[in-house]
Amino acid sequence: MKTEHLIPVEQLCSHYNIEFSFIDSLHEFGLVQITKVEESRYIFPEQIHELERMIRLHYELEINIEGIDAISHLLQRVDQLQDELRILKNRLNRYESG
Amino acid sequence: MDYIDYYKILELDKGASIADVKKAYRRLARKYHPDLNPNDKTAKGKFQQINEANEVLSDPEKRKKYDKYGQDWKHAEAFEMAGEQQAPYRRPQGRQPRAEDFSENNFSDFFESMFGGAPGGSRRGQAKFRGQDFNAELQLTLADVYKTHKRTLTVNGKNIRLTIPAGVENGQTIKIPGHGGAGVNGGPNGDLYITFSVTNITKFKREGDNLHAHVELDIYTAVLGGEITVDTFDGMVKLQVKPETQNGTKVKLRGKGFPVYKKEGEFGDLFLTYKILVPVNITVKEKELFRELSKIHKHEN
Repeated sequence: MKTEHLIPVEQLCSHYNIEFSFIDSLHEFGLVQITKVEESRYIFPEQIHELERMIRLHYELEINIEGIDAISHLLQRVDQLQDELRILKNRLNRYESG
Repeated sequence: MDYIDYYKILELDKGASIADVKKAYRRLARKYHPDLNPNDKTAKGKFQQINEANEVLSDPEKRKKYDKYGQDWKHAEAFEMAGEQQAPYRRPQGRQPRAEDFSENNFSDFFESMFGGAPGGSRRGQAKFRGQDFNAELQLTLADVYKTHKRTLTVNGKNIRLTIPAGVENGQTIKIPGHGGAGVNGGPNGDLYITFSVTNITKFKREGDNLHAHVELDIYTAVLGGEITVDTFDGMVKLQVKPETQNGTKVKLRGKGFPVYKKEGEFGDLFLTYKILVPVNITVKEKELFRELSKIHKHEN
């Protein structure tokens, strides 16, 4: 597997100044996917945005992993509901404008 | 510029200890943090206020100055000038942004006036941090989003060439990675979020990928059937009308709707509703013929 598009977990921890155990716990909870290539661990760049959010929740608001897990589910639900609301608003607009 | 009561913002009394301030800050930050309140501008403003209040009340020096000059903060500088020689303000290093939507430029004029600039202090030293995310709104027409096109936007003084995919919906937000604020201490840039506001002044109503429109049909074609030409979003098409078509009948023109977002070559459907027009200003002869038709119709039914 090519690793050029993957981010080494070690580099990530040093970049954000966070402990490896935090990423490991997120992985255990299924909140982050870690890929192992030749004994090194990597994460996919698409996960960075979510990961940063989880770092902020943990280090700024002192929310534990269980809390982050619950929040992630709720935020996904909020996203879905917001999408649904947008679609319904657009549909309603169709009827209101005749 | 109004006086800001930082104690009130953190729901504390003046005698609150540093521990009380931290506790209150954490409680309110959990409530209003932008990560927990996506797309909520009120929460974002509130979070900004509590951050500012915490910045002042959790720092003994700033708190002392705030407590001393508080209501008369406007004169604080004059008092200080008279009392001691002022050192030039040095922007503290190593500050970390507290949230993706939070910018040091968002601190109030009151804060800037009292403390000379953006807040300092860092929990994690020289940590590299991603820049703030930017949010922008782009006004487009329905015709604009019918085709994938490029557009140049100016965000924070920088020109960004964007490809806007066909089929974007009103209210939809897309992310342009790396076009947000600059990172802190060499951290990566934030992202740019663009929300599309799609206005529709056409006769077509959009519902997802489908379009809806009314087509006027004269009574003769409705009764006898025939071929008509109708407008679709990208031109005219010929349509066969079935004999004895009723008012309000809907027909579907497959693939003549709106492009499906990020699925090139795929389109929704166009739904046409017939509106049958009863003739007006008819001649005597026409009236006679209608009477005759009516008699025949009654006789045969």
